[in-house]
Amino acid sequence: MTPELKGFLLVASLKILVAFSLVNVGVIMVIWAERRVSAFLQDRLGPNRVGPLGLLQSLADGVKNFTKEETYPAEADPVVFVLAPVLSFIPAMLAAAVIPFGSPLPGFDMTLPIIGQIVYSGEIPMMIADLPIGFLFILAITSLGVYGIVMAGWSSNNKYAFLGSLRGSAQMVSYEIAMGMGLVALMILVGNVTLTEAIARQQESTWFIFPLFIGFFLFAVSSLAETNRLPFDLPETESELVTGFHTEYSSMKFSMFFMAEYANMITASAMMATLFFGGWDIPFTTWDEGPASYLRFFATFGVFLAKTWMFMLTFIWIRWTLPRFRFDQLMQLGWKFMIPLALGYIMLIATTVWVLDTRGVEFGIVYSLILFAVNLPLTYVLFSILDRGKVLGGSQHKRVKVSA
Amino acid sequence: MSEKSTVEFELRTPGIDGQGNPTSHAVGLADDAPDLHSDHMLVNIGPQHPATHGVLRLVAELDGEVVVKLIPHLGYLHSGFEKLGEYRFYNQLIPLTDRMDYLAPMANNVGLALTAEKLMGIEITERCKVLRVIACEMSRIIAHLVWLGTTSIDIGAFTPFLWLFQEREKMYNLQEAWTGARLTTSVTRVGGMMADIPEGFEAGMRKFLLEFPKTLDEVDKILSGNGIWCGRTQGIGIMSAEEAVDYSLSGAMLRASGVPYDVRKDRPYLDYESYDFDIPLGEHGDVFDRYLVRFEEIRQSARILEQALDRLEDGPINVDDPRVILPPKSAAMSEMEAMIFHFKHVMEGVEAPVGEAFCSIEGAKGELGYYLVSDGSAKPVRWRVRPPAFINLAALPKMSEGHLLSDMIAINASIDIVMGEVDR
Repeated sequence: MTPELKGFLLVASLKILVAFSLVNVGVIMVIWAERRVSAFLQDRLGPNRVGPLGLLQSLADGVKNFTKEETYPAEADPVVFVLAPVLSFIPAMLAAAVIPFGSPLPGFDMTLPIIGQIVYSGEIPMMIADLPIGFLFILAITSLGVYGIVMAGWSSNNKYAFLGSLRGSAQMVSYEIAMGMGLVALMILVGNVTLTEAIARQQESTWFIFPLFIGFFLFAVSSLAETNRLPFDLPETESELVTGFHTEYSSMKFSMFFMAEYANMITASAMMATLFFGGWDIPFTTWDEGPASYLRFFATFGVFLAKTWMFMLTFIWIRWTLPRFRFDQLMQLGWKFMIPLALGYIMLIATTVWVLDTRGVEFGIVYSLILFAVNLPLTYVLFSILDRGKVLGGSQHKRVKVSA
Repeated sequence: MSEKSTVEFELRTPGIDGQGNPTSHAVGLADDAPDLHSDHMLVNIGPQHPATHGVLRLVAELDGEVVVKLIPHLGYLHSGFEKLGEYRFYNQLIPLTDRMDYLAPMANNVGLALTAEKLMGIEITERCKVLRVIACEMSRIIAHLVWLGTTSIDIGAFTPFLWLFQEREKMYNLQEAWTGARLTTSVTRVGGMMADIPEGFEAGMRKFLLEFPKTLDEVDKILSGNGIWCGRTQGIGIMSAEEAVDYSLSGAMLRASGVPYDVRKDRPYLDYESYDFDIPLGEHGDVFDRYLVRFEEIRQSARILEQALDRLEDGPINVDDPRVILPPKSAAMSEMEAMIFHFKHVMEGVEAPVGEAFCSIEGAKGELGYYLVSDGSAKPVRWRVRPPAFINLAALPKMSEGHLLSDMIAINASIDIVMGEVDR
């Protein structure tokens, strides 16, 4: 084994370990956070008995789920029934592989007692694999999760689960289109689909939330639908389908669905942070773009975590605030609103970019702000259409008349 | 007094034409759609299900997700209260009424006491009337808070439920201070009340009435103006005024359809005519209007409570008649006459003259009626309840068929059923 290969293997396995534990610890933390934040929103305490502030509650639940009895419905298809939770769990874990979680570390050249010389020349990118297909990989892998839902619903031989899985597959397939379309505009600005390039382009100009506000909106809403969270939790719909596709699942198989949901949420949050909020970029300074160092890595890693957590908290906040869509409303929103909007938006951004490029405007902050100015009126129109509550909320007092 | 409007419509069976075929058809595939040889799916919802509000069982025939046919199955909580009542003294019926509409037990107690008093021809005291108004309106607020919370859960919003339950908890504390019980209050007696309100009750109630509109406003803000909430509730489960009357609906279900009928206004009891309050009316008869009507009713009930507290004067809570009212324990242990009455009350009960009486009040769910028949003994020979939730529930299939499964859940929630009352 050459020293370079040893170095590569060491770095790769360490990165896999870090990314995997980031997702898994993240899942535990986000479940705890969801319970505490929802408790905060609802004026109650939430779990506060296991460990400090109840932090170990999810671990305790994990132990409980490991030791509980596994039930198999009598008429279930045993192979598919067991395969389904696995198929939704694995993609959720895989998607984190291409997300950069910090600025690069410097390479090294050292000699260890038994292993010998280890060399890693050049900077170490802080992601498991800097794939040339970038976020297309994430879209592809997360959409595999729908198989888990479909198979769970089909194999359970339960009508609630069946309806839930039908809803789930229709929903996820529809919103994937809007999600992908929302990212096409970003592709136009970045030039390719790698996440490192996306971050570099944001460092050159501004965070893409400004030039691509509608794109972010499309992506965020689709992410909610893709992760099956309220207001789009139609595959589960506790009050209608009991718990939808995982009605028949118990113990660790249920836990895997549960963890997959939260892992997907982490992936979606990390995607939003990376693609639209600069990833590990520290705002208002170019210090973090300097040569690789350990200090820079830890600073940017912290910033990345903070951004990701901000989105996760937003996910939680939305879930505990909004009511649920009906199935046909969800499909209408997806097909009749999001997809046409995404198509129109691609046209708009492409045209603007073409005009800016032919006028010779350099890609940078000014370029971004011009695009932001293009987004503003569209945003206003969008939200005045979407905010039907404003119209109805004003009319509600007119709707109920009071007899003297 | 409100201007009464009489609603007159021809009698017919809605939804069925002269040949006995249904007149409305479910939303289905277009006529030229290919025949896929698909069958309808029969889905059983309940009696154990998160959204059936107790042990209601619904059997739904689904075409895709569209409810083609819906049959509610009742009886999972049947307790035979009406038959049991035939073996009970009149005062012993009151604990049975607690267990019917267990979300508004005090209003049930009041209804039964009023009917028994009508049967016996008893005039209750002024203070007792005001206390009963307080009991009724407290019940209405509690029941509507629970309704609002559970409906928001059914439509997917969990948070308002817990906000409202905290307010309900405050109300329950007041109720507990008064009656000693949170659910089975048994607060009335024939001819009076079980107990007078305790010290601090009035101040506590005023504090509650001052504070809880804030929570209501918050819930109003989070739900009424929300596009998703409006989309889920508006135009769903419509009952026209005509249909609502045909189905004999009452309470908020009827008023949401625009029929101005409220027992408190139209056949006043307990001097309701002297209180200043409004009856909210809907226009469209959909789930959203029912929501708005009940929401406004909570506010109106708070108004009535304030007025009732203002006019609460010192005085006896029971009629001054030892044949009807149980003498106080201290008197029973020291006076001969009181002891005899005590003995007779406990062993023989209060005899009612031969006859029958029907009295209805505006309960939380609708018009709550009690019918008592007496043969001159201390026990009724027949006791019959007009349970508003049971009759309102009969409209569920009519409202749900042709809607999606999710809508059916929302419509079911909007009826505000309590299975204890439906099954009795």
